Amino acid sequence: MKKTYKLLDVDCGNCAAKIEHGISKLDDVTDVKVNFMGQRMILEAPDDKFDAVFKQAKKIIKKIDSGVSIET
Amino acid sequence: MSKKEKRRLLRILIASAGFVAAFISNLDGLSEFLVFFIPYLIVGGDILWKAARNIIRGQVFDENFLMSIATIGAFCLGEYAEGIAVMLFFQVGELFQSYAVSRSRRSISELMDIRPDYANVLRNGEMIQVDPEEVQINESIVVKPGERIPLDGIITGGFSTIDTSALTGESAPRDAQKGEEVISGCINQTGKLTIQVNKEYGQSTVVKILELVENSSDKKSRSENFITKFARYYTPFVFFAALILAIIPPLTMGQPFDIWIERALIFLVISCPCALVISVPLSFFGGIGGASKSGVLVKGSNYLEALANTEMVVFDKTGTLTKGNFIVSEIYSKKMSNQELLELAAYAEDYSNHPIAQSIKQAFGKTIDSSRIKDIEEVAGHGVKSVIDGKVVFAGNAKLMKREHISYNDRKLVGTAVHIAINNEYMGYILVEDKIKQDAPHAITALKSAGITQTVMLTGDADSVGKKVATKLKLDKVYTELLPADKVEHVEELMKQKNEKRSLAFVGDGINDAPVLARADIGIAMGGLGSDAAIEAADVVIMTDEPSKIATVMKISKKTLRIAKQNIVFALGVKGVVLIMGAIGMATMWAAVFADVGVSVLAILNAIRALNIKKFNTPVQFSQNQEEGNRKEIVA
Repeated sequence: MKKTYKLLDVDCGNCAAKIEHGISKLDDVTDVKVNFMGQRMILEAPDDKFDAVFKQAKKIIKKIDSGVSIET
Repeated sequence: MSKKEKRRLLRILIASAGFVAAFISNLDGLSEFLVFFIPYLIVGGDILWKAARNIIRGQVFDENFLMSIATIGAFCLGEYAEGIAVMLFFQVGELFQSYAVSRSRRSISELMDIRPDYANVLRNGEMIQVDPEEVQINESIVVKPGERIPLDGIITGGFSTIDTSALTGESAPRDAQKGEEVISGCINQTGKLTIQVNKEYGQSTVVKILELVENSSDKKSRSENFITKFARYYTPFVFFAALILAIIPPLTMGQPFDIWIERALIFLVISCPCALVISVPLSFFGGIGGASKSGVLVKGSNYLEALANTEMVVFDKTGTLTKGNFIVSEIYSKKMSNQELLELAAYAEDYSNHPIAQSIKQAFGKTIDSSRIKDIEEVAGHGVKSVIDGKVVFAGNAKLMKREHISYNDRKLVGTAVHIAINNEYMGYILVEDKIKQDAPHAITALKSAGITQTVMLTGDADSVGKKVATKLKLDKVYTELLPADKVEHVEELMKQKNEKRSLAFVGDGINDAPVLARADIGIAMGGLGSDAAIEAADVVIMTDEPSKIATVMKISKKTLRIAKQNIVFALGVKGVVLIMGAIGMATMWAAVFADVGVSVLAILNAIRALNIKKFNTPVQFSQNQEEGNRKEIVA
């Protein structure tokens, strides 16, 4: 499954890169792209594990930059 | 400016005033510390807070943390002015960065402000305003002058002029009347139009384009990937270098701690990679935006990079370099005037829908009195036999003349000839040809001057026709009489011939070129409007029918890449120099602030240039084709 989220208020390009790198290291993540200029995240993971992956991804985002809001 | 930015600006202003006051107050001891430290807290409080919170969460190498130790360190060393200045400039840089980013985001979304808000749909004889998504296929919508066309469809009533500039970059409005297809996103200018919707909103041109533009920054270029990877190692590296600098020399060489700690702090100020990390994607974002402003959609930064590095451009002929519709290029009449022969041909071909017949009728240009025509008989693959004004007229190709045993002019002709005979007597022929697009010659010369070493044309057409076009356009190579599968083979062959590190672009109209578009390093589809297959298969979509846009987008991509490279070299260069000078004690904290914030601001300003594409939009000068005298079109 592949889903696109809006990431608002990411502080800087480097934070976006750190978020992308952090999430990509999670188990079960097939692919992740964080696009700072486009304010988007595309997360891809197996269907059955998607929710769990997204939960972990949210944690990582909050850890790196707590001011980010995630919208679907 | 957003609220957040305004608050930051206010804090910067208050702290600056406090800083100046502290500077001139000339106090001593604790009161001196306080007059500097209070403005410091005002401007940098949020940074300190974020740094503290991030450390608890285990985020060490983040910019907030680095700036916090650098400035607190400066305060500890008694360098109050430096401590607050670093924080102040850091905040100025952050503010500037966030302003620049949101501004360029906005200018792109303004550029792409083609999303329709509503549709006036006719239901039960009443016009109601609904969300475009609620309109079904085959429903009729009304678009009033000044409104945006919300959905794709066919005009069933009214006529108007349509402004397509938001989609194509083309400033001249286009006429639209009953029976014509219109695309969503354009603006209806002069008349009221009734349109029968033929695509759901989700499938409409406007949604496809918006998706494409929104997705375009997901595909990252090599330089973007390089810089994010670089940043990952850069910050920890500089941090540990600072640590070593602060500890080793004092311990091993008995040097005073405060000198080396100050040098280490300089390192920390420079260690933030943000300027780099933002300026490179910002350049590409601008480049892609600039390209869409001129009617070219690039699906990703990686393609922009590949375009800048193209050495070979391969064209499809029909629909790409030529218009793909036929016109009469020559009339040869033995017995009657040219106009009479044309009239005869037009009458003979009246019932045919073949493009060639259409072109003859169009050249004739007058209404046809069908009562003069009797007994029409189509001879498949040959032509037409009809009775006009009581005379038997044959109009068709050479095979038809042979079949009827009519001796005809069989000199070798370039193009498609329609021979005409009355009562088995040869009257002459009308030659129809596809015409070269007006800007095609300019497109080729512009590509050459943009550094393309080889231009190649592939066509399924007859050798004589293909060669003529290629010679006229001064193409380097031409391959004719190809089947669609042959085109893929030829492109593969050409890809072997080119320099490995450079790319090959294939340009086609996307109708049956999808496999070739996919195979080439860069697939460029022409006239993307209306052709879904083209939008999907290609990496770059040219919204207009102009091949000269290829050179335009190549120039934009070169400029973008140049800017990105300048930023990388400049930022790394300045940071490198200041790091070295800092280590040997020749750079001050002030130099470090410049290396961080100053470089950041300059790099961002430079990146914003990528969005500015005005100079590439100079109007094309067409040369009228002299040899062909009175005819305006350039004939293939």
